[in-house]
Amino acid sequence: MGNKILEIRNLHKSFGNLEVLKGINLTVSKGEVVCLLGPSGSGKSTLLRCINRLEEPNQGSVLIDGEEITAHKIDLNKVRARIGMVFQHFNLFPHMNVLDNVTLGLRKVLGLPKSEAEEKGRLMLEKVGLGNKVTNKPDQLSGGQQQRVAIARALAMDPKLMLFDEPTSALDPELIGEVLSVMIDLAKSGMTMVVVTHEVSFAYKASDRACMLDHGLILEEAPAKEFFESPKHKRTKEFLSMVL
Amino acid sequence: MDQLIDAFFNIDVLLRTKEFYLYGLTTSLRLIVFSGMCAMGWGLLLSVIRNSNLRFINYPIIVYTDVLRSLPILANMLLLYYALPFVGISMSSFWAATIALSLTGGAYYAEIFRSGIEVIHRGQTEAARSLGLTYLKTMRYVILPQAIRVVLPPLTTNTLEFIKSTAAASVVALPDILNEAMQAQNVTFSPTPLMVALVFYILVCYPLVLLIEHFENSYHKR
Repeated sequence: MGNKILEIRNLHKSFGNLEVLKGINLTVSKGEVVCLLGPSGSGKSTLLRCINRLEEPNQGSVLIDGEEITAHKIDLNKVRARIGMVFQHFNLFPHMNVLDNVTLGLRKVLGLPKSEAEEKGRLMLEKVGLGNKVTNKPDQLSGGQQQRVAIARALAMDPKLMLFDEPTSALDPELIGEVLSVMIDLAKSGMTMVVVTHEVSFAYKASDRACMLDHGLILEEAPAKEFFESPKHKRTKEFLSMVL
Repeated sequence: MDQLIDAFFNIDVLLRTKEFYLYGLTTSLRLIVFSGMCAMGWGLLLSVIRNSNLRFINYPIIVYTDVLRSLPILANMLLLYYALPFVGISMSSFWAATIALSLTGGAYYAEIFRSGIEVIHRGQTEAARSLGLTYLKTMRYVILPQAIRVVLPPLTTNTLEFIKSTAAASVVALPDILNEAMQAQNVTFSPTPLMVALVFYILVCYPLVLLIEHFENSYHKR
């Protein structure tokens, strides 16, 4: 697989004296699904948030489709419009209905006329199985439904890359399945995805590659099957035995 | 009883002095609407700038809001109207009152909006920015609509307080409703004109209270 969508080179990030990322290198090709695993505090969420610069890296570079987005003169808003992000706590806009949540970016970032934006928004909501909820407010939906709206909101922008930051960690167990199945469909449709998750079954089934992070470094990186069936690093083995 | 009505609600006096009120009324309304919008807009601008967390610009804003809120509005008006001419800047009493009210009112509004902006969860900004919205669009479409709902009660109280503080403009000889009423009183030796001014403030403020209450209720019901 050529065609690198994401390339991270020697990325460092510190919060005060605490060095959270200590030189990360990672390449993701078009259509690949990469899972980031690791104990909490290992830096996986920070790494994800550096990819669209919600966190500013201290050193190193991030390239999206060959363009260095950590460069100074970059138009960050343009870059972010092409990177979808899904958060642990959904972060839907509570004062807007579901459809407006999904179309906000289309209208105010891409400048689509309202009718066109809404047509696309409905399509996206149907894709995640919520075509009948367009006029509901987010707080009238279950957690699983809210997260699917958040996925639709990110997908509506036609992203080159989707980032998922523990998308199922805040959900009740019985609601996790519906979100994962949307993500699996998305992975099958050829979307490039970087997923921070504790869902080992998802990582095993849907991802091409898995990375083990610990203390700000990628300890092990391998095709998913190999990663889960015969992990090499001691920390990976320990971690997998704890979450399985 | 008749004596009371004769003193405070004397129709005859009212009719004789009606030109005073007509002029005072339009002046007061102009002052309230114009300086009110300026104060609110200025306060909103300050709070949005302050939330961007640029230290070199935040510090002056903090000093500004703290100092202006420590000064009596009356003193600010007097300063603008009677002191500035000494350095060659003079303005009409309407502008002196409007500027003083906008600068001081803006400081209060800025604090109220800021408190609203700060309670909105960081995730909202992050979600909006990750869609590619600029800082200002994030404020406009995502943060402020939520923040203003949160601060509606203090916003209302502050606005009522603001409207009443416009009455201070009589110290810079602005012919507002209160000033005109006092003049009418001097001419007629009756307290009725003052009652007119009081009724004016009630007629402006009370519907506002009801309107905001209506808004709040409709948010809660949904």
